[in-house]
Amino acid sequence: MEAQAPSVEPQEPLRARERVMQDGRTAVYRHPLPVRVWHWINVLCLLVLIPSGLQILNAHPALYWGKASTFGAPWVAFGSGGDAPAFPSWITLPSWQDLADGRTWHIFFAWIFVASGLAYVIYALASGRIRSTLWPSGRELHGIGRSILDHLRLKFPEGEEARRYNLLQKLSYIAVLFFLLPLMVATGLTMSPGMDARLHFLTELFGGRQSARTIHFLTACALVLFILVHLAAMLAAGPLNEMRSIVTGWFVLARRRREETR
Amino acid sequence: MSKAQRGLRLDRRRHLKQLLAAGGALAVSGCDQLANSPRVTGALGSAENLTYTAQRLLLGRDALAQEYPATDISPHPRSNGSSTPGTDEYNALAADGFRDWRLAVGGLVERPLSLSLDDLRQLPSRTQITRHDCVEGWSYIAKWQGTRLSALLERAGLKPQARYIAFFCMDTLEETLDGTGKYYETIDLRDAMHPQTILAYAMNDRPLPIPYGAPLRLRLERQLGYKMAKYLLRIEALASFAHIDRGKGGFWEDRGYQWYAGI
Repeated sequence: MEAQAPSVEPQEPLRARERVMQDGRTAVYRHPLPVRVWHWINVLCLLVLIPSGLQILNAHPALYWGKASTFGAPWVAFGSGGDAPAFPSWITLPSWQDLADGRTWHIFFAWIFVASGLAYVIYALASGRIRSTLWPSGRELHGIGRSILDHLRLKFPEGEEARRYNLLQKLSYIAVLFFLLPLMVATGLTMSPGMDARLHFLTELFGGRQSARTIHFLTACALVLFILVHLAAMLAAGPLNEMRSIVTGWFVLARRRREETR
Repeated sequence: MSKAQRGLRLDRRRHLKQLLAAGGALAVSGCDQLANSPRVTGALGSAENLTYTAQRLLLGRDALAQEYPATDISPHPRSNGSSTPGTDEYNALAADGFRDWRLAVGGLVERPLSLSLDDLRQLPSRTQITRHDCVEGWSYIAKWQGTRLSALLERAGLKPQARYIAFFCMDTLEETLDGTGKYYETIDLRDAMHPQTILAYAMNDRPLPIPYGAPLRLRLERQLGYKMAKYLLRIEALASFAHIDRGKGGFWEDRGYQWYAGI
């Protein structure tokens, strides 16, 4: 292996946003600045919104379907029903029981979450990023079975294929971006008695305020599930490289085995 | 694997566990320190102004809270806060069907009033089936009938300096040494003049029950339950509420809750 060679002659001319590193591997600029900034704002927001949301839920740890609460027969009741809070202090913000402070944190970061989300959507539409990097092609969709199988075997695309998001990545990002995040915001707004006066149709759509509250919780659970899978995939695919790409933007393509043994 | 190696590995695992526990504790205590700082909660609380401004813009003056058909009325509603003021005075009033109770209307008004329940029933009223949303997250639907607050205020005549309407109640929700535990609330004039803002004397076609605020409570349908003061005794038009108790405009507001409870 010629590790000393300054660069391997590329098969095709270098694209604008990539460079060949000293060891011959190619680094691609995968995450432009707005994407990275939005990612870390979301990390901060969810680190506050989820624990403060559980703090709020602790004030009445029961969920219902419909317009109003059926106190005698909730759909779900969390906790023992005793004096102990349903969700323990290590997972709530603040750690002690305080609905007022929980709401203050939740509403402040909900504003940041919504504002940064809107800014991202405008950026993504204006830059064409959604079409160019997130929307899967018909051919890709045909390969979904293969993609799922590869993921289950923890086999991630390498080399040239790692330039792009893979199919499951695309689909899950689209689901989060166009379904879970808007659903989170819409169900949150539906719970507001003020907004409800303007957005009757949302209340109708979700089947009532208590249904909206339940969907708000379930959507948060789905987001937590996404985060867990997202973190697991990062660990499996190479945590340092993935972390570098979401901090600096640069993602290093591993060489294919064929290239390495040459 | 030698004994020493195994020991080292166990040791490492223990260290890792300790490190994780320490990290977790640091995260929790760090959050607690932030959460406990008045400067931090004060800064976070500034989002309330944004919410207030945004909702005022979006809702306009007269957007109505949703009203429901009679079939949606909750068979088993729930009350919160005081379930009765419980004082001898109150019990005596209640025993007599609140015949001797009077609502005082004062402050920055041209004509201070003292009104009995019958007087209030003579004023223009409104009946509405609406949803009551508690800050804790639960809701119930009930039918409310009461005097339009706008009609009452027009009769009293607001002075031009008046900006808020304060509601003083008969219940003490927290016993404190400085006597600040009495329930009170304040709302701005735009909410006071809203068509659905009423002083309710009837719930589900019966006189307002004691746990729900007999003889008279505020209904403010575009905000959360704690704004809707029960057991009313006195209403005042004010230029500012900074001088009342801890100055935040309400019993729960004095204890950290938002003054604008539209969310």
